[in-house]
Amino acid sequence: MLGNEAIVRGALEGAVQFITTYPGTPTSEIGDAFVKIAPQKNIYFEYSINEKVALETAAGASLSGLKSLVAMKNFGLNVASDFLIPLVYTGISEALVVIVGDDPGCTSSGQSEQDSRAFSYLARIPTMEPTTPQECKDFVKLAFEISEKFQIPVMVKLTTRAALQSGIVKLDRFNWHRHNGKFIKNPHQFVILPPQVLEMKKGLLLKIGKIKQEISARPNLNKVFIQSRTNILKKLGIITSGVSFLYSQEALQELKLNIPILKLDFFYPLSQTKIKKFIQNLDKVLIVEELEPYLEKEISVIAKNTNPNLEILGKKQIPLIGELNTDKVISAIAQLADQKWTPLLSTAIISRRTPQFCPGCPYWFIFQAVKKAVDVKKVIFGGEIGCSMLAGFKPIEILDYLYCMGSSISVACGIKKSTNQKVISFIGDSSFFHSGIPALINSAYNQSNPLIIILDNQTTAMTGHQPHPGIKKLGQSMPIIKIENIVKACGIENLKIIDPIKIDEMISTIKDFLNKPRTSVIIARRACIKIK
Amino acid sequence: MFENFNILIAGIGGQGIITLTRVLAMSGLLQGYDVKTSELHGLSQRGGSVETHIRFGKKIYSPLIKQDSADLIISLEIKEGLSAAFYSDKSRTSFLINDFSQTTPASKLKSSNQETINTLQKTAKKVIILPATKIAIQEVKNPTLAGMLLLSYASFAKLIPIKPKIMLQAITNAIPSSYLPINQKVFNFAKSLHGIY
Repeated sequence: MLGNEAIVRGALEGAVQFITTYPGTPTSEIGDAFVKIAPQKNIYFEYSINEKVALETAAGASLSGLKSLVAMKNFGLNVASDFLIPLVYTGISEALVVIVGDDPGCTSSGQSEQDSRAFSYLARIPTMEPTTPQECKDFVKLAFEISEKFQIPVMVKLTTRAALQSGIVKLDRFNWHRHNGKFIKNPHQFVILPPQVLEMKKGLLLKIGKIKQEISARPNLNKVFIQSRTNILKKLGIITSGVSFLYSQEALQELKLNIPILKLDFFYPLSQTKIKKFIQNLDKVLIVEELEPYLEKEISVIAKNTNPNLEILGKKQIPLIGELNTDKVISAIAQLADQKWTPLLSTAIISRRTPQFCPGCPYWFIFQAVKKAVDVKKVIFGGEIGCSMLAGFKPIEILDYLYCMGSSISVACGIKKSTNQKVISFIGDSSFFHSGIPALINSAYNQSNPLIIILDNQTTAMTGHQPHPGIKKLGQSMPIIKIENIVKACGIENLKIIDPIKIDEMISTIKDFLNKPRTSVIIARRACIKIK
Repeated sequence: MFENFNILIAGIGGQGIITLTRVLAMSGLLQGYDVKTSELHGLSQRGGSVETHIRFGKKIYSPLIKQDSADLIISLEIKEGLSAAFYSDKSRTSFLINDFSQTTPASKLKSSNQETINTLQKTAKKVIILPATKIAIQEVKNPTLAGMLLLSYASFAKLIPIKPKIMLQAITNAIPSSYLPINQKVFNFAKSLHGIY
């Protein structure tokens, strides 16, 4: 079972009734599984238009007494964070579990190498880090339990190697039943207004304290692992979490060393009791964590009181950039144990082939038309997240800036207001619904004049062809919300819908629209070649 | 019994690598091993380099293969074998290469296919080259079945610790029923190749 599939199973075992998501690698398969299961099990599932909306919708269900789950990728949490932070203050009525997928090494997302555990501090949201598909299932189930018990949202933070790792999973039975929700009025709890918000913060801090006690008292959580009972190196220790635990175990096996490992299942709150107990008699400890040194900093503070002479190894031995693997951990553990270790010299010639549009993709035509219509050296090109970002790679290599979803239009407006240069911003159909619409309204209202090309391939292609409001899916009753109607509603008169294979029409329209004094929009509409 | 057996599949997005990974994982389960795999989705699937890891053994920790630790590398495209050579070891690794090369605008390598194969021969215990794409087009008119052909061949040629009978069962379990007949056909054809390559 894939980690993502195990998340779904864990949610079912935790009696989930309401699921929302916006697709994003590495967590897309969670929604893709629920969309199939939901009708059979009579549970509610939706692809929301963005992660903030997804979280808010799931919270609405939770406030109405339904067990809810929301799944998103790391950058989705940035979008949702505006709502997440006050939600943790108010607490909830029924369990709400937030699944977030980080991507150390940026294997499938280039925006930044984000360590979403920073949000655990910022929002004070209890956070678990599963290691294997088995733990993906078990932790989600436990997250539902903790969330319900303490009436607080709980985050389960994955990484690519946890979400897209497959392994054997032992399943538990589940008895699942649906009931209708009811929102019980309680403005004192759910209305964030000063000064009661400070009372809420006080309540939250108390809650976190109780959760800390609870997770420290549970023998099955935050456990110490020892390979065997003989030849234990008692003065050394390793503290780790998530998939780094697997690399640590394998590294010890390779080095034939027996060093105790404290595996932290909860990143927030940390079990200080268990950490204190583990480090109090050690000479040296190695912290094995991917990306930011959050655990290292926390443990350094704990060690100051508990064991001031403890030597702490961490980010000096383990890189801050890129994902970990067994080889990297082996060399760090060798330093911990004062062993000589010669790293292998690679014989490989690294020749990564960069991704590009699929053969027959309609986007090829769009960029061909753009290149023919304008002087690419003079015009500025704004890129967007989704398949259209591949225009930044060879052979098209046209993008001048690329940041996050929805940004291509607003950055273009800023450039247009500041310069005499011409700007074309590209945005995919799903990104347009996700966060392009406010930027479009802003462009029309503040009278900027970029040319916006909406690359409408009638699907959310990059993440596996999930639907969005602009298309009709077989067997679904939802109405279509036409992109052109939204554009027209903004009062934008320069609007054309073109099939991109009509290259001549594309070229002449681009030339024409680029000289307009107001915002102009081309909807280049042709379905993704991969849609069956 | 080996401590662990590591298989790496390298190729280009769109060659059906995820499906092969699932079939291999299923075969390992049916054979009674602990199994771990690691795959990548999204951006990396759009015609870029793709590699997946499949590990069998009594107890597998990491889903990723260590450097120089692959037992079998299946490369669905010749030049993709070069970066996969990071995992190959002169005394341990068998290389099974599809005699197929795809020049994309984004590939920078200038070396010829023969030069590539010569390089790989220096890094591996043995190198087997099979025109899998050509055969797949001939036999079932579908180049994406090249991977299935190589995988089935690996089972018949004992390059992996999975008996052909188990492999066929894994294919039956993991492949959607509408695609099953052509996959079975390719599997059976692979048997006839054993001994030729």
